[in-house]
Amino acid sequence: MTLVAVGVLGLVAGVLAGLFGVGGGILFVPTLALGLGLTQLHAEASSLLAILPTALIGSWRQWRYGNLDLRAAGLVGLASIGGVQLGVVVAERIPEATLQRLFGALLLAAAAHLAWRTRRG
Amino acid sequence: MASLLVIGLVAGFLAALFGVGGGIVIVPLLVVLCAFDQRRASATSLAAILVSSLAGAATYALHGAVKPGAAAVVGLPAIVGVLAGTVLQQRLPVHRLSYGFALVLAAVGVRLVA
Repeated sequence: MTLVAVGVLGLVAGVLAGLFGVGGGILFVPTLALGLGLTQLHAEASSLLAILPTALIGSWRQWRYGNLDLRAAGLVGLASIGGVQLGVVVAERIPEATLQRLFGALLLAAAAHLAWRTRRG
Repeated sequence: MASLLVIGLVAGFLAALFGVGGGIVIVPLLVVLCAFDQRRASATSLAAILVSSLAGAATYALHGAVKPGAAAVVGLPAIVGVLAGTVLQQRLPVHRLSYGFALVLAAVGVRLVA
């Protein structure tokens, strides 16, 4: 796939993330893996970097709206660093095909979650 | 406070394992365990994701797994996309479109699992 096409997919991923309130990462990972041919691990690692600008802008807007609980976000964020270390170790040790299947299962869970949330209104 | 730390640990683990921010677990857990309302939970989750994604990207970068060019190709256009998406959200029947999007997610999921 050409870089332009992948860029368009990135744009579409952003629109969908904004529309449906899902994170960009869940769309970035398949775009990077299936569109650019990155390995699952490299797609996931790069997705985390790709998330940063949109998360930064989103957080800034929410902070201005006064919705953000900075203390809670700080504590969750701080603790997440420990979880990240464990997640990286596991992701690097399990076979590529297994990691991709697990990610597919996460997508199915996200689809079910979205449908359930929609039904509840 | 203990609940917040547990939420962070779980979210960080999933973020690094799957390359996602972790909002899918942070938002419902803040609502259920910490009695946050939906709006405050989503906003707070975004800021927490900033930290978990940064930690994940930095750790993976040290191991040489991050491709900055590839991240820029999807991440930079996505900034424009998210801004457009949040504006469109006010004007489109998002409720009805959600099922379509859920189907797309499920289809990609099935492709990866199979």
